[in-house]
Amino acid sequence: MESIDVLMLCPMISYLEQELQSRYNVLKLWTAQEKSQFIKDHSATIRAIVGDGGHGADAEMIEALPRLEILSSNSVGVDKIDLEKCREKGIRVTYTPDVLTDEVADLAIGLILAVLRRLCESDRYVRSGKWKKGDFKLTTKFTGKTVGIIGLGRIGMAIAKRAEAFNCPICYYSRTEKPDTKYKYYPSVLELASNCQILVVACSLTAETRHIVNREVMNALGPKGVLINIGRGPHVDEPELVSALVEGRLGGAGLDVYEHEPEVPEELFGLENVVLLPHVGTATVETRKAMADLVVGNLEAHFSNKPLLTPLV
Amino acid sequence: MASDQATTPPPPPPPEIQSHDLPKVIVLHPPPVFNYFKDLFSKKFHLLKAWESPLPRHEFLTNHAHSVQAMLCSGTGPPISADILRLLPSLRLVVTTSAGLNHIDLTECRNRGISIANAGEVFSEDVADLAVGLLIDVFRKISASDRYVRHGLWATKGDYPLGSKLGGKRIGIVGLGSIGFQVAKRLEAFGCNISYNSRKRKDFVSYPFYTNVCELAANSDVLIICCGLTEQTRHMINREVLLALGKEGVIVNIGRGAIIHEKELVQCLVQGEIGGAGLDVFENEPDVPKELFELDNVVLAPHMAVFTTESFKDLCDLMIGNLEAFFSKKPLLSLVMNE
Repeated sequence: MESIDVLMLCPMISYLEQELQSRYNVLKLWTAQEKSQFIKDHSATIRAIVGDGGHGADAEMIEALPRLEILSSNSVGVDKIDLEKCREKGIRVTYTPDVLTDEVADLAIGLILAVLRRLCESDRYVRSGKWKKGDFKLTTKFTGKTVGIIGLGRIGMAIAKRAEAFNCPICYYSRTEKPDTKYKYYPSVLELASNCQILVVACSLTAETRHIVNREVMNALGPKGVLINIGRGPHVDEPELVSALVEGRLGGAGLDVYEHEPEVPEELFGLENVVLLPHVGTATVETRKAMADLVVGNLEAHFSNKPLLTPLV
Repeated sequence: MASDQATTPPPPPPPEIQSHDLPKVIVLHPPPVFNYFKDLFSKKFHLLKAWESPLPRHEFLTNHAHSVQAMLCSGTGPPISADILRLLPSLRLVVTTSAGLNHIDLTECRNRGISIANAGEVFSEDVADLAVGLLIDVFRKISASDRYVRHGLWATKGDYPLGSKLGGKRIGIVGLGSIGFQVAKRLEAFGCNISYNSRKRKDFVSYPFYTNVCELAANSDVLIICCGLTEQTRHMINREVLLALGKEGVIVNIGRGAIIHEKELVQCLVQGEIGGAGLDVFENEPDVPKELFELDNVVLAPHMAVFTTESFKDLCDLMIGNLEAFFSKKPLLSLVMNE
């Protein structure tokens, strides 16, 4: 069988690289001296792209690959892919929903507990020997606090289900009200923020949701409020977030994503009411393997003319 | 978020209410709630504060506490031993700010007919929340990767090593009391499978019950210690149990440090015989084995599972409520029944 050229946009777990290499001719874009030249050199043969949440294909790259048939993204977030262009050109796009839903939801709750109960700070307190000098301070109870979720999709619902086990009242904002849920709907993020104590960003990143958490929203959430971002960095106006935290207008934040990863605003490093994670929402051995299997499975289905497993376009 | 403002001293009580009119309560050592709510107690009770006296304790008690009927104590401070109890011939009630009773000579109290009131279920939720928080932290490396980011390593060294999935894991709860049950309820929502070991099987749950903790460990990915410290549970979690839990196993302790054989736990962690630990309690607090400081698969907390403003306020109300009930001859709010 002819070897199919697959363009890999960035390094991924070795399991995925090996699975791809055993089936296709993998072209590793990040090893190229000059990326656009590399793409030009292989433009006649590249039939598939494998990207991830941080690396997708814009219009320029899509135009440069006339034989591109499918983009299989190792992520559920597809904000880095020009979906319209793909639709226009009949290019299939697959992603990895469902297999990572629980993982991300678990992390959201972990971040809430870490911020409210100061887990990281108290771990530092013990390791630095401060406990020998006195008891830790009082922190804030999680059980029973109102949780507001922006985006009640798969991940948002999974977060709600977990928070309910902590007796938390749940409210949400979504583009449209969901008829089948018992949770309270607010027609704007501002109203949601005014009526909850913990605000979780769980929607997808689009032109409409960029900076959906802005200065006004953070002020409404307030000095006792906590913001949790497991969506995308650009959901939150980052400079405004930093000043809200530093000035005490916002009570705390648990962040897994940032506007310019892996850069994290250094003003946050000195704050105890913040937990900073390096985009680990799906970062477990089990989930990354399940995601990889979907990436490969979708490519295999496409190249053997079978129905795609998890198509988006 | 809790602020760290210094509290201003309270004004002196108005002349018509003298503290010697108030019922007396002996306190050997200030419980942690006193750091925040002492005034609420001193408004209602005449506190005999043994720790503030220059007299040695036994002299203070002999001279000043002969007629005292009620004591307020906590898990910190001197154990309420038979020796101490014998210096309090009029004592009828011990109120402790803890759920745990391991610091009180229960036999002596029973023999003397001294009632005990504890924290009841007032902070079970906060303790359960912490247990779950510690567990997620260990599995998903939250504290370790927060350290990584704060040291600027994400930009220079790349992604942090992968964690482990919590969903589908088998959780073994040691002690399915009020706290253990709250832990189980929460972890079910994460898709975990719950089993337990307890002194007695509990009829109100359908979780699998194991009669011995070693068998529970052998069939679990996680052990969460939620039981009290007694002679039976001291060092119950030893090397044998930890090896049964296995190399991928994680242990969380929000009970008492001495339930786990600490030296053996440290050895197992250092040698990779178990996968990780989340610990809020230790055998000799505030001393923590320094070998644990080298480990990224361990999350350490300074016995703060009940340290929330909400729990402290609720605890304060409960302690005062118990004392008021006692002095007005009403039923205690959180009387400890012999089991």
